Amino acid sequence: MAERERSLTPPLGGVFVARAQVMDGEDLRRAITRIAHEIVERNHGLDNVVLVGLQTGGVPLAYRLAEELLAIEGVDVAVGTLDVAFYRDDIGLRPVLPEAVTEVPVDLAGRTVVLIDDVLFTGRTVRAALNALADYGRAKAVQLAVMIDRGHRELPIRPDFVGKNLPTRRDEMVDVTPDGVTLGDVVPTK
Amino acid sequence: MTATRNLLSVADLGADGIDEVLKLTDSFVEVSQRDIARVPALRGKTVVSLFYEDSTRTRLSFETAARRLSADTMTFSVSTSSVKKGESLKDTIQTIDAMGVDAIVVRHRCSGVPWQVARWSTSAVINAGDGWHEHPTQALLDCYTIRQRLGGVAGKHIAIVGDIKHSRVARSGMIAFTALGADVTLVAPHTLLPPSLDGWPAAVSTDLDAVLPKVDVVYLLRLQNERMTEALLPSAREYTARYGLTRARAATLAEGAIVMHPGPMNRGVEIAAEVADEPYAVITQQVANGVAVRQAVLFLLLGAGGPIAA
Repeated sequence: MAERERSLTPPLGGVFVARAQVMDGEDLRRAITRIAHEIVERNHGLDNVVLVGLQTGGVPLAYRLAEELLAIEGVDVAVGTLDVAFYRDDIGLRPVLPEAVTEVPVDLAGRTVVLIDDVLFTGRTVRAALNALADYGRAKAVQLAVMIDRGHRELPIRPDFVGKNLPTRRDEMVDVTPDGVTLGDVVPTK
Repeated sequence: MTATRNLLSVADLGADGIDEVLKLTDSFVEVSQRDIARVPALRGKTVVSLFYEDSTRTRLSFETAARRLSADTMTFSVSTSSVKKGESLKDTIQTIDAMGVDAIVVRHRCSGVPWQVARWSTSAVINAGDGWHEHPTQALLDCYTIRQRLGGVAGKHIAIVGDIKHSRVARSGMIAFTALGADVTLVAPHTLLPPSLDGWPAAVSTDLDAVLPKVDVVYLLRLQNERMTEALLPSAREYTARYGLTRARAATLAEGAIVMHPGPMNRGVEIAAEVADEPYAVITQQVANGVAVRQAVLFLLLGAGGPIAA
């Protein structure tokens, strides 16, 4: 699954060509375990914590984190999924369509929301997600967990929990799957 | 990419385009259930509703849809406009266009007007009903409602009952239902069928009682009272006796079948008052879905950055 920051993707699409594996499946598992512990530590437990995965890359990570939190603390945290297509600031500039229906199973008022995405890049997806969350109620706090922070931020956004900091060029692409993380390039199909 | 994107006929969409609209509608149905049922997707866009024919639900539905996408809306109603002073359609369109609007939602009593408007305007044009011809967003919301209630449109048997001849809802509905793989039967007296049905992908029957037990969807059309003057029917009571969905007829419906109506209903004519309030009558659900479907259409035309299933 390619990361969702598509601003560098050619308008008519491209093919992801892998160049180097950055993390394997085991590395990914260890990073998820560590982030889960950090979430528990930061929030002094899991009272009122809700995980919200961003469509599409953040959703499987959110469910894996929820499993991990159940194993560590014995608490079954609520998991939601959020698609930010309608909140993006580049609507009309390039094709923007929701990947899936948003599902937030609990009222967010007074809860601590941990937003989860696979790759943090410009920060624009997270900006859109913060606006979307506000429409579901006033969360007590919002934290951000990402598997890969690849830099190149265009907005003042900083993750609370990071799997791996990965310096990249702007035109590179990062692909996160359950089998690991790969760095590569997008080759236009045309 | 084509310069302007319009929704004029449901036939332009094809099965893929209809699927795309329905899929996106799911997202807007979810949005409608939130505390704040509004998203900023079309902020800064302006949608004009240009209605040369009376309408409440379609116009309100489009305007609600536009507002829920944070677009600005303007209403043009013929009775208070310069049309009363004799302004031509072309001048009206050019005036509206000069104001820099992004979409024009047009309804007109003459078939084909939306195509003419699209030629004159640089905005996206949406057909909200042209004469006896087409009403694409109605067909889309009907497809969505059927999918929601019956799990899909493909393979379903749909009877469209009533004034087929004068009905744009019947035409657009038939095109959309058959595009998605449904079987359509048109049920009406001969006087309310078009003179020729060549090329229509539908079966025809004049016997509602024979068709009813075999269908998954009964789609009732409004008996347009203004047509009674044309002496196409002996009387409304005569019509009800043969083609009205009375309580007795509704009892012959198959298990799980649903009853639809585009509104406004003539209770007691094409549908018995109590039948319209049964749980298998999904008429208010159609209206509710109408807003979400129109949000999907507006978003695809103005926001998604690409034509609907080119």
